[in-house]
Amino acid sequence: MAKPKVGFFDFACCEGCQLQVANLGEMLLDVLGAIDVVEFREVMSEKGPEKLDVAIIEGSITDKHAIERIKKIRERAGVLIAYGACACIGGVNGMKNNFKLEDIRKEVYGDRFKYFDSVETKAVHQVVKVDYFINGCPVYIPEFVAVLKCALQGIPYEVPDRAVCVECKLNENVCMYQKGVTCMGPITKAGCNSWCINNNNICYGCRGMVSNPNEKGAKDIIEKYKVPMDLIVNKMNMYNKCREIDKREQKKR
Amino acid sequence: MSKRNVSVNVEYLTRVEGHGNIVVDVKEGKLETCQLQIVESPRFFEGMIKGRSIFEAQHITCRICGICSCGHTLASIQAAEDAIGFKPSKQTTELRKFLLHMENLDSHILHIYLLVAPDLLGVKSFVPLIDTHNNVVRRALRMKKAANDVCDILVGRHVHPISSIVGGFTKLPKEKDLDAMLQILYDMRADMAATVELAATLKFPQFERDTEFVGLVSDDAEYPMLIGDIGSTDGKRLNKKDYRQATNEFIVPHSSAKHAKWNRDSYMVGALARVNLNANKLHPKAKDLAAQLGVKPKIINPYLNTVAQLIECVHSLEDSIRILEEFKKNGVNQEEAVLVGLNEQNRIKVKPGRGIGAVEVPRGILFHDYDVNEKGIIEKANCIIPTSQNVNSIEHDMKKLVPEILDKTDEEITLMLEMLVRAYDPCISCSAHFLDVKFVGR
Repeated sequence: MAKPKVGFFDFACCEGCQLQVANLGEMLLDVLGAIDVVEFREVMSEKGPEKLDVAIIEGSITDKHAIERIKKIRERAGVLIAYGACACIGGVNGMKNNFKLEDIRKEVYGDRFKYFDSVETKAVHQVVKVDYFINGCPVYIPEFVAVLKCALQGIPYEVPDRAVCVECKLNENVCMYQKGVTCMGPITKAGCNSWCINNNNICYGCRGMVSNPNEKGAKDIIEKYKVPMDLIVNKMNMYNKCREIDKREQKKR
Repeated sequence: MSKRNVSVNVEYLTRVEGHGNIVVDVKEGKLETCQLQIVESPRFFEGMIKGRSIFEAQHITCRICGICSCGHTLASIQAAEDAIGFKPSKQTTELRKFLLHMENLDSHILHIYLLVAPDLLGVKSFVPLIDTHNNVVRRALRMKKAANDVCDILVGRHVHPISSIVGGFTKLPKEKDLDAMLQILYDMRADMAATVELAATLKFPQFERDTEFVGLVSDDAEYPMLIGDIGSTDGKRLNKKDYRQATNEFIVPHSSAKHAKWNRDSYMVGALARVNLNANKLHPKAKDLAAQLGVKPKIINPYLNTVAQLIECVHSLEDSIRILEEFKKNGVNQEEAVLVGLNEQNRIKVKPGRGIGAVEVPRGILFHDYDVNEKGIIEKANCIIPTSQNVNSIEHDMKKLVPEILDKTDEEITLMLEMLVRAYDPCISCSAHFLDVKFVGR
């Protein structure tokens, strides 16, 4: 059987998720043994064929050129994987949507801002159909391997829809709220093995919000620890601002 | 000089970080256009962090770039601490220097092996090398992973480090962590020796352009990466707070990429600039390597930036081992661990002010500049990325290079130009505030 043809494509992002692949070390050669990487601009000069079995998309869609490019890639690809927070949920690029587009463009580029094309930041699924999501900023490599296996076998991968707290408890971390610190773990999707809290930092919500958060529990915590609401909203809007686009689209239907 | 026409148009230059195009147009032997166009999508980081606390700035700005994530973290923290007048402890400073070394090593290895070596071995990417030079590819991946594994232990991960924040580290290495990191680095020495051996056989293009080299300088005996003044091979020196007098960003009509110049038409930052400025402060083993490779400042062939990176790899590895051995001897004071939080408990005093971070990251000197209010909220931010300082230098190199190589074929000219841009190891996605192709061809 011919090896599936895979292309990596980057949009607006830091390219750190691509780098996570390089950080596989020699295991990368095992992954490369199972697939045929035909296009990967950051590390290859080769250009791929018209039809791809799998397209892995990194970054968010932030300008008109990108909208056209992602649509073309979707047409070429059998399976399309959104790779990393910027692609899956808009990620930090979504913070741009916290401002009036014209204001933030002027802030950075002054009176020449009109030369720099920019539209509302969108996650990939807000522009084209996405078949698999690999969340995280950056992606968590064990999950990347798990999703890739599913994609190559054509079976679904379910992103865990429980809170980071579940994994955090298993790792026996002291709860950040008990230390008097606000953490996004209770409303963020698990799957990262509570990476940041294991290192004594908080969860920033980079994997997106669970679909059915325990609102009552969250309310109790907010009241118990007297967390100011604007602090929570500010934190939610760091990675998850683009969720508003999903809500807007749902309302339209 | 030949009266020929040459048209080079490399769209989406490969094997660089981010998106850029090379456009060169020669009509009847006369160079009419010579540009490195930056076509990266703007991401507006400086706008996005407006209204954010300085205690979360580093979490956001390190996401400007996946490769120099630790460097952005440290420049951001330095700017924040400078703004509020917080002085980090000696232990924190040493650990930060160690973190910079690991990133320098990781980034340089990636560049030397995966991005530059394919050109010198005449292939399009490292992929064909898996078959032809399997041991070399394995060694590269092993070294990259080693640097990465050390970062995992030190700060949780290399791409977007977790535990390095304003005030210090949320988690400090324990005795067993020091042992594990030291073992990884001792083991890396054999691969480094093989890397040096391989690099000595590589042939770089002959090309020279005398220019100004800019980077951190200091009065002590240490090769400055984290702390210093801004210095130039033209003998000028500035305090970091006056960085704008060095970068002098200006807009050129043919390209919207902001350009930089100081005492000449352009200047270069990065490994070659650092070696040119501070070679006498390198680790003795790195100095030996420089002598062995015949590297004697001032080197004015930009292609040799890759060689300077190799010399820095040896320096970073050996100096990291020195730092860790010191910690082994004196121990790590675990009580210095800081608790994260948006300063919710006023653990660190905040005052209004302006702070500057000036840190050497793999591609050169990086500046973060924040104005913060009395609550520690950022009101204005500016980041100047090494690549945006180098774009002007790359274009000046191309303008000198193209007329010198007009007797070569179009393919050879294109390759030499691509290799030139790659030698600078540009990190275009870092371009938080410089861009666009729309001016081009107006």
